[in-house]
Amino acid sequence: MSNAVTALNGAKYSGLIDIADAGLMGMITLRGDLASAAMAKVVKSITGAKMPKPRGVETAGKGSVAWMSPDELLIMVDYPAADAAEAKITDALSGQHHLAVNVSDARAVFDLTGDHLRDVLAKGSPTNLNPDALPIGEVRRTRLGQLAVAFWFTDESAAKLVCFRSVGDHVFKWLANAAQNGSSPNFHSDMR
Amino acid sequence: MLILTCPNCGIAADETELHADGQAHITRHGAGASDDDLETYLFMRNNPKGVHFERWRHVYGCGKWFHAARCTMTLEVFGTYPAQTLEPPKELVAKIKKKRPDWEGFVK
Amino acid sequence: MSTRIQTGGRHLDRSKQVHFNWAGKQLTGYGGDTLASALLANGELLVGRSFKYHRARGLIASGAEEPNALVGLGTGAKFEPNQRATTTELFDGLVAKPQNAWPSLAFDVGAINKMMSRFFPAGFYYKTFIHPRFAWKHVFEPIIRKAAGLGAAPTEKDVDRYEYFYAHVDVLIIGGGIAGLASALAAGQAGASVLLVEQTAHFGGRAVVDGVDVDDEEAEIWVEQTLAALREMPNVTIRNRTMGAGVYDHGYATVYERITDHAPNMDTPRHRLWRVRAGRIITATGAIERPLSFAGNDIPGVMLAGAVRDYLVNYGTSLGDRVVIATNNDDAYRSAIALVEAGLDVPAIIDARTTADGELPTLAREIGIRVETGKAISSVKGNKHVTGVGICSQAGEGGELEEIKCDGVAMSGGWSPVVHLWSHCGGKLNWDADQCMFRPDPNRPPLGHDGAGFVHVTGTANGYLDAAGVMEDAIKIGKLAAKETGHKPKATKVPSVFSAPENPIEPIWQMPQGMSRKLQMKTFLDYQNDVKVSDVRLAAQEGYQSVEHTKRYTTLGMATDQGKLSNINGLAILADSLNAEIPAVGTTTFRPPYQPISMGAIAGDARGELFKPIRQSPMHHWIDNNGGFWEPVADWRRPYCFQQNGESVGDAVTREILNTRQNVGLLDASTLGKIIVKGPDAGKFLDMMYTNMMSTLKVGRCRYGLMCTENGFLSDDGVVARIDEETFLCHTTSGGSDRIHAWMEEWLQTEWWDMRVYTANATEQYAQIAIVGPNARKVLEKIGGMDVSADALPFMAFKDGELGGIKARPYRISFSGELSYEIAVPASQGQAFWDMCMEAGAEFGIQPYGTECLHVMRAEKGFIMIGDETDGTVIPQDLGLSWAVSKKKDDFLGKRAQQRSHMVDPKRWRLVGLKSVEPNDVIPDGAYAVDGTVRDNGVKHMIGRITSSYFSPTLNHAIAMGLVEDGPERMGDIIDFPTTDGRVIKAEICDPVFLDPEGTRQNV
Repeated sequence: MSNAVTALNGAKYSGLIDIADAGLMGMITLRGDLASAAMAKVVKSITGAKMPKPRGVETAGKGSVAWMSPDELLIMVDYPAADAAEAKITDALSGQHHLAVNVSDARAVFDLTGDHLRDVLAKGSPTNLNPDALPIGEVRRTRLGQLAVAFWFTDESAAKLVCFRSVGDHVFKWLANAAQNGSSPNFHSDMR
Repeated sequence: MLILTCPNCGIAADETELHADGQAHITRHGAGASDDDLETYLFMRNNPKGVHFERWRHVYGCGKWFHAARCTMTLEVFGTYPAQTLEPPKELVAKIKKKRPDWEGFVK
Repeated sequence: MSTRIQTGGRHLDRSKQVHFNWAGKQLTGYGGDTLASALLANGELLVGRSFKYHRARGLIASGAEEPNALVGLGTGAKFEPNQRATTTELFDGLVAKPQNAWPSLAFDVGAINKMMSRFFPAGFYYKTFIHPRFAWKHVFEPIIRKAAGLGAAPTEKDVDRYEYFYAHVDVLIIGGGIAGLASALAAGQAGASVLLVEQTAHFGGRAVVDGVDVDDEEAEIWVEQTLAALREMPNVTIRNRTMGAGVYDHGYATVYERITDHAPNMDTPRHRLWRVRAGRIITATGAIERPLSFAGNDIPGVMLAGAVRDYLVNYGTSLGDRVVIATNNDDAYRSAIALVEAGLDVPAIIDARTTADGELPTLAREIGIRVETGKAISSVKGNKHVTGVGICSQAGEGGELEEIKCDGVAMSGGWSPVVHLWSHCGGKLNWDADQCMFRPDPNRPPLGHDGAGFVHVTGTANGYLDAAGVMEDAIKIGKLAAKETGHKPKATKVPSVFSAPENPIEPIWQMPQGMSRKLQMKTFLDYQNDVKVSDVRLAAQEGYQSVEHTKRYTTLGMATDQGKLSNINGLAILADSLNAEIPAVGTTTFRPPYQPISMGAIAGDARGELFKPIRQSPMHHWIDNNGGFWEPVADWRRPYCFQQNGESVGDAVTREILNTRQNVGLLDASTLGKIIVKGPDAGKFLDMMYTNMMSTLKVGRCRYGLMCTENGFLSDDGVVARIDEETFLCHTTSGGSDRIHAWMEEWLQTEWWDMRVYTANATEQYAQIAIVGPNARKVLEKIGGMDVSADALPFMAFKDGELGGIKARPYRISFSGELSYEIAVPASQGQAFWDMCMEAGAEFGIQPYGTECLHVMRAEKGFIMIGDETDGTVIPQDLGLSWAVSKKKDDFLGKRAQQRSHMVDPKRWRLVGLKSVEPNDVIPDGAYAVDGTVRDNGVKHMIGRITSSYFSPTLNHAIAMGLVEDGPERMGDIIDFPTTDGRVIKAEICDPVFLDPEGTRQNV
């Protein structure tokens, strides 16, 4: 898979925050009964992480798992491991109704870092970005500008953001525009 | 600009993250339906000044549909509940009745 | 004449000279000036011409309510019309010019209208231009258009940046006077998150101008201390130059921050539109002073008394050397006293009340000011500036008793609370007859999502005109808002506040009481729109009773100031004319924004390349670098064609068609929707979604399917592949992927939640590349990796495997009638696979092709296109697609609706092919077919229309598809298509499949 490229193709920007292509990431959409023991087991065996609570993101040695809706998870592993993980899930859950789809190539993933993260994201998202409303480790599916995205903070000054691949370029440009130096609303960053 | 709490993911979502889709609890009349039933299903909708049950989708969020009970006049939201039901929850109906004693109650 | 005085000016930095240009003149002000104060300091009293009569107008106010001083600000790409001089902070290099005056402010040709004002009464336009009818379009409208409008639109693209910012707070406080500050402190101390915004550069509001004491010191000290305390609180955010623009449902507010207007060289967004969601909103927006209605009250030099004080105290600038005060209340005496204390002359205070013996009038008399009670101004003398006033009895009709020379008039008709933001979302008002004002009714607030009121009004805006009352109310409201948002207010000490007590105002709505019609015609209510007392009285006389109707008839309060000054005076006159009480007449509706906000702020960052998100396929950049001529397809960009060596678009399309039909072509089909549908009930579910049977589809095979709405109309189409027993992959149109995925989820979630089916939108997981043409197989065989022979991979089958080392799923489907493979590969490797195809295909003549080639080839084969052959009123049966509508299934979406009488009417227009009689005559898309008869209404009777039309290079003939009445029964008939240029194109009705009806080309 040496010829695989992300939509962002290594793009970077540095301003109020640093914006970087997170590179190829293995992602599987898993739908099914999140309360089932078999599902918790296979999620654990693939990622090492436990089943997240609603809106939660759990991370362990081999990967992460994010709660996307009451019957949907996003499982994140290394890019080359995605096909095997998908097969493993399908195998493990063969007895119960579920859907596992490799969506690694359908997304663009950003690494965002810096002290003005919440201020930059709040230029486009109507969601409540106050730390008590969106704590570290909680995923938010929301609108950023005119597009659907999901993001979560891994610590107070680092976040991952996922959008559809076809609009990766637009989201990158949007973020870079919002992150121009000197343009922080200093709403969240002053409260810290 | 409304704010509605999605019962599926728990997020109080801005109206711009939601898709509104009219009256809830419509009975589908498919093959074999009479002309009258078909007309009611396709075209006839309530337009109350007051309590209204509506369909919404958390389109920029968890993607799930839900129902909201809302006053079309004051925009008060009495409650939201998952879409997998043929009628609003009894507690919600009771709550609305308490707030709007003159309300005729849920009529399908 | 107005001038700068030697002392005073709280906001001024006299050490810093600021140079600016007004109407072509270089002038100088100080740091801290507004454009208005600097103009006043330079003796530039005349700042604009009124809208209708082009009357000379001066500054009336000192803040956002200013109706006259609207200027064109900046030049070139930074030009903006209709900016208020009073809210424009002066900066070095500022360029401003007056509006609505030609050739100059002092000599304005349009002022001829003033002479004609007798002929422009209320409703003038409605009355005058209605007859004769033709004259409106050809005579009146062109003239009015030329004269209408205030300011000029910018001619260059705005070079500034703008942005939004979403903020969630417990309490939003609008207004940074002592009320807003006290509320913020109380709410902040209780632990609520607070956003406090002040529209000007300075906090403190009127208290710091009016000599209020807090805790025995000047209010300014308390303001500074409170600001410092608030800035220490991590839960409080403070912004100056930030205006509460609008209050909307459920605690939503728009807040307009002007970041660089005072310092335009800063490299940041110019304006930021905050979109605030607040638990509670406190509006501490103060009050606006009302003008008095006397003849000549619009002559430059007549100013609101509070504004006179503002310019004096804040900017060290005097309105004139001799300023007469006209009032009906005690507050205006503060201006008189301030003027005298500044060493200026106040020849008289004309007080319409019969007595004035409060503390302030007494003080005024003590310092030697002449106070005339029971008197009124009969007229203001002067033309372009005040030269004197005539004095009369308030009780009379205006007989002049005396003329007093003066160069300024400071007027006060009392104060109106700024209730706009309270009212935006439905807050109701009560009339307070004692204070002559509308006040918010706390029992009828705007309601939030929980049914509770979410806006509180405090301070002067809440009707408290005394500073002590303001402070007490503000702290109470601040605590209440904190409590209502889940916090515990702390017990705090209310600062002691002192301001001079005031005796009651008297309602004086016109001056003098019995003013003649002649005086009424010189007495202005709405300065910007030139609405006079006589206009409102005329409207009432002509039968207007509703204030909303009167507003529109007279244009009272309709200009950019939205009646901030004129509203109450106007409706009081209306009430008087109608013999009604003021509350019975009511106010007009207040609508956001409170003040005009920039178009840039409304657009935010959605401009230029961020205007609209464009979806890009994995091969987007290659296409862009290889002659791709883009066209929008839904939110995608797809290449219409690939232009080579400077060829025309038309030539490129022809070349691509011929090459694909003769050799092999390569199409980026990644934009097609791909939805995975899985579960034990997936087949049953798809049988409902599609008109044809999907549950019987065999694993490894493909089937073309149609989707309809419940109204029976075609909504989407595409090829469905069965991946395994429980899993289907449904292709949708390029524009349909999100819509159809949502449509499926809607049915699964809201109607058939018992069905065990999950869906996932996998559209962007794959790059889908179509290799099309007689040499298609050779290309794939050269790439190698899997058997793509007719036996191994027959028509309408698919297979999983590898091609060139890339995981691939070729589908043997064809939208062109040629041998065709649509190959899905992981999107990340789409470009690599595309490159492989181009390289391997080189020897077979491979060329990329675009959407127009695709369109022509599908039309040659008679394949329909959603959006061309369908328009939301077309059912499958219209398109000869009955074969794809199951007769066996009990039900599917749209089935019942397709049985309605109109849907089974044999006279419905149905799909046919159309071959132009002249081979090169391409019928315009959308052209109607006529049969030569004429309907009763004189319109030609139409019997059909074109849905797709092209020149086919393959057939060397113009071809079209269309819907025609009785079409399928009229094969061989020639029908007429009149065109918009008067010609008639004749075309023969034929089968829509123009090429290879047996399918021998694709099935090899």
